[in-house]
Amino acid sequence: MDAANESEGENRPKWELRLYVAGQTTKSLSACINLKKICEEYLEGKYQLEIIDLLENPQLASGDQIVATPTLVRKLPDPVRKIIGDLSNTERVLVGLNLIQI
Amino acid sequence: MNKNHIENHTAPETLLKCPTGIDGLDAVTGGGLPKGRPTLLCGSAGCGKTLFGVEFLVQGALKFDEPGVLVTFEESPEEITKNVTSLGFNLNELVAQKKLVLDHIYIERSEIEEIGDFDLDGLFIRLAYAIDSIGAKRVALDTLEALFSSFDNEAILRAELRRLFRWLKDKGVTVIITGERGSNGMLTRQGLEEYVSDCVIVLAHRTVDSISTRHLQVIKYRGSAHGTNEYPFLIDETGISVLPITSSGLDYTISNERISTGIPSLDDMLEGKGFYRGSSVLISGTAGTGKTSIASSFASSVCQRGERCLYLAFEESTGQIVRNMRSIGLNLAPWIDANLLKFHTTRATMYGLEMHLVVIHQLVKSFQPSVVIIDPVTNFLNNGSNLEVRSMITRLLDFLKTQQITAFFTSLTSAGNFEEHTLTNISSLIDTWLLLRDIELDGERNRGMFVLKSRGMASSNQIREFLLSSKGIELKEAYLGQAGVLTGSARLVQEAKERAEEQLREQEAIQIEFNLERKRQMLENQIAIMRAEFEVEEAESLNLLKQAKAIDEQMNIERNNMKISRKVKA
Repeated sequence: MDAANESEGENRPKWELRLYVAGQTTKSLSACINLKKICEEYLEGKYQLEIIDLLENPQLASGDQIVATPTLVRKLPDPVRKIIGDLSNTERVLVGLNLIQI
Repeated sequence: MNKNHIENHTAPETLLKCPTGIDGLDAVTGGGLPKGRPTLLCGSAGCGKTLFGVEFLVQGALKFDEPGVLVTFEESPEEITKNVTSLGFNLNELVAQKKLVLDHIYIERSEIEEIGDFDLDGLFIRLAYAIDSIGAKRVALDTLEALFSSFDNEAILRAELRRLFRWLKDKGVTVIITGERGSNGMLTRQGLEEYVSDCVIVLAHRTVDSISTRHLQVIKYRGSAHGTNEYPFLIDETGISVLPITSSGLDYTISNERISTGIPSLDDMLEGKGFYRGSSVLISGTAGTGKTSIASSFASSVCQRGERCLYLAFEESTGQIVRNMRSIGLNLAPWIDANLLKFHTTRATMYGLEMHLVVIHQLVKSFQPSVVIIDPVTNFLNNGSNLEVRSMITRLLDFLKTQQITAFFTSLTSAGNFEEHTLTNISSLIDTWLLLRDIELDGERNRGMFVLKSRGMASSNQIREFLLSSKGIELKEAYLGQAGVLTGSARLVQEAKERAEEQLREQEAIQIEFNLERKRQMLENQIAIMRAEFEVEEAESLNLLKQAKAIDEQMNIERNNMKISRKVKA
């Protein structure tokens, strides 16, 4: 299923992404940077990204069942996918988000 | 670095313990689990690991005011809450009271992908959050092994687990980790024991001869003495009960008080006073000799004094016993209603010997009786070898004696067996032993009872005849006479015979006396007659004498007259 479909004249973002991190660690920063790059390149205008720092908001961890950090959660489109790690391997991230076919 | 090491050694800490509040477990571990440290609880599926973890938290909240956190990785909190309701634990209420936090950490493997370096800070944060939200002192993690099936990168996982346990130690919480039993010499499937080495408890569920028993064994407890044996435990509607099986030696306080047996003529055989309180009594006999009747009479008299009696019946149902006892004039129903008499009926083969011990412990603890009756105790032989049964009964008697509870056992012997061999050698544990024996004579079978053994009191060594009637139990003096000891109808016959003979002798005596009297009468009569005759004769003779004298005088006068007329000189 090709996820990069365009909506007709709608400004509503089709992609809802959440990145959970635990404080400002190397991993967190790497993940942030890598993710932003991917989003700008492949999902421009179509995504909504939320970065949640669990050290500041620990109660949000249970909602999405976060155990590892950093974790990227694709809430929309369905189904929910989670990617754990600093997202250093772009191609695998794209596969994981189903942005490209293998 | 080395300096620090040495310093640590010169300042030893005493090991603090965290009491679990689980019945019997604190005794086995010598005070509880190591405080602020993790304890590994491993066992195969269905052993009760989760329940132990849950009860640890619940008791902590209820008994020690220590809030707890349960993190479940496999079952959902709702499932666990439902499961433990049958143990009498209301987790929802504890959560509402902020004494408990239930967290479900669930990772759907198909949802995730690992790309790059990661750590488990999310887990740490969630745990910290849960612990800090209620100030928890106890944590149960059930089961961390689930993480191994969620993450591919085992290296990271193991490193993080190591970090987790250090972190938990720093947090100062006492943790229970559950793990599934492993194979190939490993305690747990994923080798959790390498991280948790302060205290390891293994749970097992064994089936022997179709009877299954749960066991617990503390195989490691760093820095503390602990019971090293396997201890049976029971899971029921009050939670988990571990049986410590500690025999506190033979130093129990002894009572000098005597309690009646419920049968006055039996009391007579025991110095007129009955059993010693807190002693052990055995009554043995073949089938149908009346053991249950004697036990019930004893129970009845205990209740009459307002004390409680626990009756463990392994052969008959409560209803049956109550009905049967009515036929000897014993009404047990009012005592049951007044909650002074409690029946507990099961088949001895229902569970293993150890379990029986646990159950009895529990019943005694909750009901607090002053007398425990086990009828019959020989049924335990269906469960184990003689040695095992003896061991179990020894411990049971030890337990009862320390509580000063009088133990009353009935024992079934088989006809023809030398009664003294009943239940191999438990006779040495028994203080008072009563034997019911069948006496067969002249085509009739009667029961005799005698006291085989009575420590601490003099007892009659005579067999008495044991009679059951609608008026109750009676021990009759066996007939002692020139014919020896007789019972039953032989006795009645002999008694009748002797009564008849006695009557006969009496009759004869009367007769003799009567005869004597008659003879005396006759004699007197005869004497009277003879006297009368004599008197008649006497009168006649006197008359004759008088006449003769008169004639003499007359003749003299006439002679004188003649002389005068003849002028004879006189």
